[in-house]
Amino acid sequence: MKEKRTIIITGGLIGIISVLLVYLGNPANMGFCIACFLRDIAGGIGLHRAGVVQYIRPEIIGLVLGAFILASKNKEFESRGGSSPFTRFILSIIVMIGALMFLGCPLRMILRLGGGDLSALIGIAGFVVGILVGVYFLNKGFNLKRNYKMSKFEGYLFPILNTGLFILLLMSPVFIFFSEKGPGAAHASIWISLAAGLVVGALSQKTRLCMVGGTRDMILFKDNYLLLGFLSIIVFSFIANLSFGFFNLGFESQPIAHSDGLWNFLGMFLVGWASVLLGGCPLRQLILSGEGNTDSVISVIGLIVGAAICHNFGLAASPSGPTINGQIAVGISIIITLIISSVNSEMKIRRE
Amino acid sequence: MKKIDTCGMSCPQPVLMTKKALEENPEGIDIIVDNKTAKGNVERFLNNSGYKTEFSENDDTFIISARK
Repeated sequence: MKEKRTIIITGGLIGIISVLLVYLGNPANMGFCIACFLRDIAGGIGLHRAGVVQYIRPEIIGLVLGAFILASKNKEFESRGGSSPFTRFILSIIVMIGALMFLGCPLRMILRLGGGDLSALIGIAGFVVGILVGVYFLNKGFNLKRNYKMSKFEGYLFPILNTGLFILLLMSPVFIFFSEKGPGAAHASIWISLAAGLVVGALSQKTRLCMVGGTRDMILFKDNYLLLGFLSIIVFSFIANLSFGFFNLGFESQPIAHSDGLWNFLGMFLVGWASVLLGGCPLRQLILSGEGNTDSVISVIGLIVGAAICHNFGLAASPSGPTINGQIAVGISIIITLIISSVNSEMKIRRE
Repeated sequence: MKKIDTCGMSCPQPVLMTKKALEENPEGIDIIVDNKTAKGNVERFLNNSGYKTEFSENDDTFIISARK
């Protein structure tokens, strides 16, 4: 019972902190969005040149370092890796293609719902169907093979890299890009964002919070532990949005969102499915990357590269809706995910 | 008692492997896990499924014994 109470409190704090971040300057319904923030970082370091989404988001750095610090303190930091890293890299690119079709990762999806954006409901429907497909393959024996122990330093590298990224943000050299308008220009102050990231990172590390894990475990094992965290974020962000006067119910004209139902559904369908194959949502990948899991580091790098691809190839949707390129990319990604799912299922392995 | 080794497997594989092994050996099994997350997940699953659990620590691994 104590465990469940902790994850409900964690979800509540994340919901409230997310709305506070919006109050303090972050884009609307985007207190946290792992996909959007990694996309901003990709822009900040010049991997794409979409001028409105370039910023080094301290929340991301905080999430990684918060998880790193707490995992180290509790002796849970362990360098591991080698579980089909390149497959994970490709799957993560696919997760980002789906997320930037919908305009948000699973965490922003529920924060959007908490802010009254009803398109998020269609996103959630797609997300759940995607998870169901992923679970189908898990039951068919899908896995990406075991990981192995790595040297301690291998695991330290990513937290060190994030510290370096924070120094770059503080020094703001000319080769780092910062949006002057658009979502990339909307942010809370550096230290507040970092602190929010550290707190949420530590809480998520402690509770193993995962947006995709909630629905997955409920279907697979009738275990509602992670789902309680997911639901708590919705409830508390809703309450906080109401209190701050940010709540705005409806489908149309929602902040940094479009209302094309089919593509919102398919975008999150892809995110749900590919995230089940990866073993966790983008937030969980960031937390694991701070705990020394270098397979998750590869996933995070895949998300960043995916974001760069999305903006360089015109795949990312915008408030005016999806692009044709994005629709084609989602279609191709569904086929690739199907191939990855089938090839790594045990039926296939036995035949080999 | 049947023993399964989930070392190196990432979430949710250890629980899936436990579930599968229990279907074949409903009286109980021993499960080797190599991290605290998997240990917590497997124990929660076993308790939800009506099994009593005990664990012992062995170097970097935990051995969870599940009994009816």
